[in-house]
Amino acid sequence: MRRTASLTVPIGPRDHVLGPDNAPVSMVEYGDFECPFCGQAYPIVAELIQRYGNRMRYAFRHFPLATAHPYAEKAAEAAEAAGAQGKFWEMHNILYTHQDALDPDSLTEYAATIDLDLPRFTRELAEGVHALRVREDFRSGIRSGVNGTPSFFINGFRHDGGYDYAELAAAIEAAGR
Amino acid sequence: MTSAPEAMAAPAGPLPPGAQAPDFTLHSTPDQTVSLHDFKGQPVILAFYPADWSPVCGDQMVLYNEILPEFRAHNAELLGISVDGAWCHLAFAHERKLQFPLLSDFEPKGQIAKTYGVYRKGDGTTERALFVLDADGRVHWSYVSPVGVNPGADGILTALESLPRQGAA
Repeated sequence: MRRTASLTVPIGPRDHVLGPDNAPVSMVEYGDFECPFCGQAYPIVAELIQRYGNRMRYAFRHFPLATAHPYAEKAAEAAEAAGAQGKFWEMHNILYTHQDALDPDSLTEYAATIDLDLPRFTRELAEGVHALRVREDFRSGIRSGVNGTPSFFINGFRHDGGYDYAELAAAIEAAGR
Repeated sequence: MTSAPEAMAAPAGPLPPGAQAPDFTLHSTPDQTVSLHDFKGQPVILAFYPADWSPVCGDQMVLYNEILPEFRAHNAELLGISVDGAWCHLAFAHERKLQFPLLSDFEPKGQIAKTYGVYRKGDGTTERALFVLDADGRVHWSYVSPVGVNPGADGILTALESLPRQGAA
């Protein structure tokens, strides 16, 4: 029997979301800031968000493949630490455009460029304050059938096709009909 | 040629729940072997996959490597199996930092996959197939994914959760 993998945790208040709650299409990405394929998808997703505007709601969840990508876990926590200061998306954008430099010093540098409270940011990273939150995303991903990064869920169902612009746009259009 | 296994008719599809899982001994490295009966008394996950060196970092084995703690919480052992040779597995496991054994169903090629009903004749590889075996070595759950689709791990975890509870070992 063929199961279609579907999102077990719907978009909720804990998520980082762009776009209106009543948008006809919801897209959830499970991603890893150190994954080169996620990096390739990043500008495509940004373009889709721009194109669909109020017709699409987009949420990002963490899925760090930490054994393969040694900096992915702390990068995810850095995004959360920025989120705790109201700047999740600013950090998200920096991380995806600086995938070759995600070491601790670079993370602190990025925090400074977006004017975060640096002592708080570095303390939260050192103490792993946001590690549980990242793990929660990871677990919800596993239970939803995330099978690699990036994984996209469109209106709750895993998108098994490619993630170039045309394929994702076609899937979004189909879901919005 | 290999008379004993061929005398056993290969099943037409993946062994279904309830079937006794055929025992095997396969190389995990050029000088070490792993046998299914080594794990008697605990659940075992068999992950047959077509080939090492899948070109994406969304690779199935890399994913399972990350999820090992969740599998081990069920006292389950994970074994990856493909027709690649032991040296190939060694390089692949090293490069991807895999922390579970990869077994070589290499000689005679695909023999174990055939006994589990998951060999792809035309391709000369195994299916992308999952089996969860219970502590008595019986198939509890099996699943064959389209060969190009990484099945993820949710099915495995659901199967492990539905195993009868074992007494503390």
